[in-house]
Amino acid sequence: MKTQRIGAWIAFAIGAIYFLVPLIGTFEFSLRMRRGEYSFDAYRVVFSDPNFQATFGYSTILGLMTIVFGVLLVVPTAYWIRLRLPHLRPIVEFITLMPLVIPAIVIVFGYLRIYNSSSILPFTGSRRMTDLLLMFGYVTLSLPYMYRAVDTAMRAIDVRTLTEAAESLGAGWPTILFKVIFPNVLSGVLSGAFITFAIVIGEFTLASLLNRPAFGPYLQLVGANRAYEPSALAVISFAITWFSMALIQLVSRLNKFKVPSV
Amino acid sequence: MSSIPDASSTALTPSLARRLPLEWLGVVPFFLFAIMFLIWPTLFLIVGAFQDQAGNFTFQNIADLFQPSIMSAYWISIRISLASALGGALIGFFLAWAIVLGRLPSWLRPTVLTFSGVASNFAGVPLAFAFLATLGRTGLVTVLLKNYLGFNLYATGFNLLSFLGLTLTYLFFQIPLMVLILTPALDGLKKEWREAASILGATSTQYWRMVAFPILWPSLLGTSLLLFANAFGAIATAYALTGSSLNIVPILLYAQIRGDVLHNQNLGYALALGMIVITGASNVLYIWLRMRAERWLK
Repeated sequence: MKTQRIGAWIAFAIGAIYFLVPLIGTFEFSLRMRRGEYSFDAYRVVFSDPNFQATFGYSTILGLMTIVFGVLLVVPTAYWIRLRLPHLRPIVEFITLMPLVIPAIVIVFGYLRIYNSSSILPFTGSRRMTDLLLMFGYVTLSLPYMYRAVDTAMRAIDVRTLTEAAESLGAGWPTILFKVIFPNVLSGVLSGAFITFAIVIGEFTLASLLNRPAFGPYLQLVGANRAYEPSALAVISFAITWFSMALIQLVSRLNKFKVPSV
Repeated sequence: MSSIPDASSTALTPSLARRLPLEWLGVVPFFLFAIMFLIWPTLFLIVGAFQDQAGNFTFQNIADLFQPSIMSAYWISIRISLASALGGALIGFFLAWAIVLGRLPSWLRPTVLTFSGVASNFAGVPLAFAFLATLGRTGLVTVLLKNYLGFNLYATGFNLLSFLGLTLTYLFFQIPLMVLILTPALDGLKKEWREAASILGATSTQYWRMVAFPILWPSLLGTSLLLFANAFGAIATAYALTGSSLNIVPILLYAQIRGDVLHNQNLGYALALGMIVITGASNVLYIWLRMRAERWLK
């Protein structure tokens, strides 16, 4: 038993070193901008860069739009599948898992070919339409997480009884969906929303290939041209990811509802 | 699952019964979305992979994939994905084992799991920056090794922009993913099995070899396959780390989408098809193995 415990400590120590050293290294590097002493200059430069503000703002808005659209797509679908069409469940679940199988770069390659400016649906013809296409792409990428989070939350409530109770009180479909079902799966919706935000905020492939000024391509550009700012940006990104995950934990703890691990 | 009664057992209110034949309308938006933004784009590429420039059916694009420059891209992609998946699986297994069965202080488990949740999502461009700042030519570890131990990492031929460097970087999100998936599986190993084994006189090694491992191997192998697919499709980290100097498949495809570097649109589709086949096959195997694993770990 004693060797077991020592082994466990060794495993933990190796893990801790591997994961903490890059974080410490990044932080240390981000402080090195001023010669001879540590300073937060790199952060100051990053935060005052108009491109940082513009791209971060762009990705934030896009993330929020993705969340709204994703929720409006997923919640009614998951509800309807549970209530009326349980036999379609395996198909819908399979589709929602497909974005984990098909690499994002392949999906966006398809977009560029079928929605080019000379097609029937010229999404890439104008900037606004490309933004829309990018948002649909992000909804696709976050589908596995959003669907599972909402579906898990829906499993915990009795969809059928809630619906029948609301109906017998004279509620119409919009009322049932938005005033009865939605508040009851809010924990799942929020978990899905935070993970969606974490995915969208630094996403590179789609934004870069659709040529939109998002945060991911900006990060790449800074990385290719600057020395210390990239580390500051990595620290900021890590903080954002940490913050999103912390919010998920908070929501799930408040609701005593377990978030799917992947 | 048990909370879904089947449709026949429910007494529908009259207003709903009248709409019965139209209930499929409720999932139309979802299927329309999935077809437009997931299925059609993918099918378009798959069909295109079997067409020549004029649109005639051909296997030529698939055959053209076997030219040395493309094969080497697939080969290095497979090697990096395999190495990071196996490394991630091995280290992840020991970490999960340490927090579940290692009798460590109880606060360590939630800490490790929370950190794993964050680190498994910390991929993409910032991850590349983190490793450049640590193991790059002026990174913290490189400098510390040189100044205090007189050890010049880069004189040994080490390069972050290489197979080894990329594998080491990918482990940062691969290990936590393994920990997250394997922890419930290790939780599922019942205490009684271990007790039964030791009552029958089994040593610890025998217990692991003959009881625990046969139960765990589908989870282990299945998760490794998931990690493999995860690394195979990743591009942002590699692109930010190496630019286009490391010829892996996603980077080749990126260059092809940007500027038709293969000088053949349909060959590009075939390249994408090859990626789908590889990630698809490992995911199908993963799902199959997970179903096997769940037989015991319920």
